[in-house]
Amino acid sequence: MPKRVESVVLHDSSTPVIGDMEKGGSVVLTSVETLLNQARANSLWPLTFGLACCAIEMMGSAGSRFDLSRFGSEAFRATPRQADVMIIAGRLSKKMAPVLRQIYDQMPEPKWVISMGACASSGGVYNNYAIVQGADQVVPVDVYVPGCPPSPDALLYGILKLQEKIKRTKARNFKDLRMVELTPRELESVS
Amino acid sequence: MELLKDVVKPMMAGFGITRKRLAREKVTIMYPEEVRPMYPRTRWRHVLTRYDSGLERCIGCSLCAGACPAKCIYVQADENTEDARYSPGERYATRYEINMIRCIFCGFCQEACPTGAIVLRQDFELANYNREDFIYTKEMLLEPIRRN
Repeated sequence: MPKRVESVVLHDSSTPVIGDMEKGGSVVLTSVETLLNQARANSLWPLTFGLACCAIEMMGSAGSRFDLSRFGSEAFRATPRQADVMIIAGRLSKKMAPVLRQIYDQMPEPKWVISMGACASSGGVYNNYAIVQGADQVVPVDVYVPGCPPSPDALLYGILKLQEKIKRTKARNFKDLRMVELTPRELESVS
Repeated sequence: MELLKDVVKPMMAGFGITRKRLAREKVTIMYPEEVRPMYPRTRWRHVLTRYDSGLERCIGCSLCAGACPAKCIYVQADENTEDARYSPGERYATRYEINMIRCIFCGFCQEACPTGAIVLRQDFELANYNREDFIYTKEMLLEPIRRN
């Protein structure tokens, strides 16, 4: 993994304040953002969302041979309220799609999605009436992992790619840091 | 005495198992630094191979596309000419695309290929951020010319 170089941009008045990046950014926001990104990237708690055979490989990656806990992701959560990343492991049927969306909505911000395997990412061989042709039609997907099923090390590579993406995240204003949920949840859609 | 029997003794027994296991060989593969040895017939990323002369093996027959259960291969063929010769046969593939995200790495294309042009090698690091990046073109799949 290439080493990331932090660039510090001063505000117009050269006073470090929490402000917009468009105006030149701020020292405070940059360092807080770096700290948050490091913390988030290295403690990704996945949501147990095995839909088909890919789930077996997902369990395998948490086992001692591949050991997902080396990257801080050993705590597979059974509730969306405690999870950061949703690993969609397996084919997503059209009947399951609303459930997937509801569980995604129930996850607290910040949240990420890994689409694991050919079926979850694109439908795979199941180009038929029952399977959603790609989970990105239902939820925004951050990393796609091809394979049928992807071996545990291929999934680990996907998780490392996601960590890289999180560490690259730039905050332009305080809201982008997503430290608290600023928008109230829609009670109709999340129950 | 009761305490010793009911608490300390079982605890010592438990720690004994931990001590025994510590002496064993570690099973974890430190993945990003160390890649596990693959089996010889592992099927991952496709490669379009060449002959030793540098000419492409692919003759653009589309048998791989026909054999593909996921219909993820697209082949467009054209005639070789004397000026532009890509393969030893009459025809060659002008476009050869594999949708890597729909591919299930079954190896049927490898079995169907009459010239052994398409082979599945062991590079498994394919994860990416955009769905568009998974269309692997002929340039990405083709093996570089080996210089001796």
